[in-house]
Amino acid sequence: MPREGVLVQSPYKRLSTEQVRQIHDASVQLLRDPGLMCYNRRAAEIFHSNGAEVSSITPSDSPCWHVRIPEKMVSQALESAPKTVKLGARNKDNTLILNGDEPRVFFVSGSETNIWLDVDIETYAKKSDPGTEILVPEFRPRRGTLMDLCDSAHVCEHLETLDAYIRTVNIQDKDITPDNKDVNKFFASLNNTTKHFMAGLTTLSQLDNVVNMAKLIVGGEQELKDNPIISFITCLVKSPLQFVDDTTETLIEICLRGLPTVVSSSPQAGSTAPMKEDGIMAQINAEVLAGITLSQLVNPGTPVIYGSVPVRARLDTLGDSYGAPETSQFNVDCVQLARFYRLPCYATSGVCDAKTPGMQCSVERLFSDILVTLSGPQYLHCAYGLLDGNSTFCLLQAVLDDAHFEMLKFFLRPPRIDQSEIEKTLKQIREVVATPQKLYIRYIRPMMRSGQLSAPYPFEGDGERDAAILLAYNRMKELLQKPVEHLDEATTARIFNEIPGILPRLNVYA
Amino acid sequence: MGDSLLDLIVQNVTQGRASQDDEGLEEGWEGQPGVTELVQKALDAGVTAEDIINKGLTAGMVIVGEKFESKEYYIPDMLAAAEAVGAAMQILEPHLAKSGMKAKGKVLMATVKGDLHDIGKNIVSILLRGAGYTVKDLGNDVDTRSIVDAVREERPQFLGLSALLTSTMVQMGEVINELRETGLRDSIKVIVGGAPVSEEFARSIGADGYGADGFAAVRLVESLGPSQQ
Ligand code: B12
Repeated sequence: MPREGVLVQSPYKRLSTEQVRQIHDASVQLLRDPGLMCYNRRAAEIFHSNGAEVSSITPSDSPCWHVRIPEKMVSQALESAPKTVKLGARNKDNTLILNGDEPRVFFVSGSETNIWLDVDIETYAKKSDPGTEILVPEFRPRRGTLMDLCDSAHVCEHLETLDAYIRTVNIQDKDITPDNKDVNKFFASLNNTTKHFMAGLTTLSQLDNVVNMAKLIVGGEQELKDNPIISFITCLVKSPLQFVDDTTETLIEICLRGLPTVVSSSPQAGSTAPMKEDGIMAQINAEVLAGITLSQLVNPGTPVIYGSVPVRARLDTLGDSYGAPETSQFNVDCVQLARFYRLPCYATSGVCDAKTPGMQCSVERLFSDILVTLSGPQYLHCAYGLLDGNSTFCLLQAVLDDAHFEMLKFFLRPPRIDQSEIEKTLKQIREVVATPQKLYIRYIRPMMRSGQLSAPYPFEGDGERDAAILLAYNRMKELLQKPVEHLDEATTARIFNEIPGILPRLNVYA
Repeated sequence: MGDSLLDLIVQNVTQGRASQDDEGLEEGWEGQPGVTELVQKALDAGVTAEDIINKGLTAGMVIVGEKFESKEYYIPDMLAAAEAVGAAMQILEPHLAKSGMKAKGKVLMATVKGDLHDIGKNIVSILLRGAGYTVKDLGNDVDTRSIVDAVREERPQFLGLSALLTSTMVQMGEVINELRETGLRDSIKVIVGGAPVSEEFARSIGADGYGADGFAAVRLVESLGPSQQ
């Protein structure tokens, strides 16, 4: 049984059908004129041999081609790209089925932040009354490590609403090198969660090591095809409209192996894309379509996910502003475009501008989480625990986020109104109205016990003070104590034997 | 026969079923006799009111109380059970004297003049009935004269006054003054409650006690004991 996620009954739409069409047409025009700058030789050759207009750009520092993609090539790719993508998992109950035609949302963590935010709860004495002590959370940013990645996978395994795990933190230990980073990242994650695991690849040469690790876990090549426990994110197009060399190469190799991948683009409205909605939409859509077209030319039918991480620029720093309402507008638009193509969509929400958990962070993430969820993307990178744009990950925040996704999922339950129940309810109303006290309280009981009522906010303090952070901190500690199902000893041994570069401290049996 | 009826009463109290139409906590109870029908049957079968109260209703409420303490039951469960017991007590009342059992006492409840808020007062009434008290509810927006008249006529041991508005809570003091002036004050314990009311306010108007919620109201009445008459 795959995971259920949450089905959005009537997805929120921002664009009219007409406007979706207009964006699509504009993107198709952009793919022809100006087309894309392509810094990857193989991609240029693939486009060329399939009939796209490709010309070499000289003089240039690095080899570069100008690729103009005809509409027909795009529509063929859109036809061959599967409408349903399966993301497997070590525990098959954690499988996700992403159906481009069905607005069923799965909630996912991410991205790869440099900073890990530690939380300490400090005790202070009140100045005016030293006998009174108060607990204050203090946040300490530091560089992320391999063990942090293990801890985050561990906690994410236990977060009920979290459907799949995208690696959260960039591992920056001294002994992590470009050549061993991917195997360590994948092993640390796969060994600590039985949910689907998705990540970007740092070094293409590590692809086979990572894929072989996954094969060892599931039992072979065909088993991995049937149950793809890993998938990738490839941001092969740099905005505006440039195929970068290395990630494009990575996409080609992943597609050749038939493993699922997100084809994503992350333009920033204002700097690398127009600030206006029509502009950034036409461009991001063209960029994603270009990537999807390449994927299908490489291997028709290879599973891809329409990936969108559009964001608005802040005007003070020109950094990303994920908290801005425009960012949510752009994301909802992308969900509509993906649905127009009937492709599963990876959308973004929940990233905030705030640097620590607290008021601003809650406002920003809830705002985008609710709106983008309601539009019904299949795979919502709603960034449990992410802070400060994409820079910081805080495990305690991930625990807090789980609680609000619980509420969101509850809200999305279908309405319970049907004729047979209405009769019963009218009887209840008549009964109560006839009593002297006129109270319905006793009738709460069957609802209370059958799970039809939402649970109270789990981090509610019992005093006058807001205790959310303190209580979530305790919950985080509890979850870290809760065991996770590691890979078994034999598989672990085989992986350490056959896959080079995994650091010995990750071996829980050593 | 009597024992199995008493067992059924206990079970139905814990299920919070006053009558056969009520659903219980679990499936499958609807249509089966509830507490009121079972109490009538028990009386018909010759079981004494005392046994019905002690071995049936009270035994059931003790279980409900325990389940509430252990967080298995919530307030709605408690209230439903209390409602069932309250309804049964009404049937039993005429039989109490016969069985030589002393009634726990009578409470007169009212929301004071100018105040329409009655949810809290109704909950307090239900829980008091569930605890075995006879409750006469005068309703809401009840003027001082009617309350005092009712005290004179009904001769209750307790008077419970409820007010939810800062502008109407002063009415409680008026009621107490009027009781004093008519010589009825010493015959009765006056308890007060409602969101704006406090222990301090209760004392300032010369009430006998203040209860913050329905459970506190029951505890309060129990602690004040039967009033000397
Ligand atoms: C529901 C409600 C209403 C409903 C009442 C429905 C009904 N059938 O009772 C309606 C909509 C009719 C209403 C009307 C008004 N309301 Co109003 N209402 C409330 C509200 C939201 C909840 C009250 C309630 O039922 N609580 C739930 C019950 C279970 O709690 P409770 O009443 O406190 O009772 C418990 C305890 O207090 C105790 N208790 C109660 N009585 C007694 C008695 C004894 C003897 C004991 C021991 C214990 C006890 O045990 C109870 C059970 O646990 C309150 C807000 C609040 N915070 O209280 C405002 C509130 C009381 N209302 C308010 C106002 C202003 C009004 C109106 C004037 C509004 C208007 N402009 O029309 C009118 C007044 C009408 C009138 N003349 O009375 C204000 C009062 C402010 C003030 N000045 O004091 C409040 C505080 C809201 C607010 N903050 O503005 N209201």
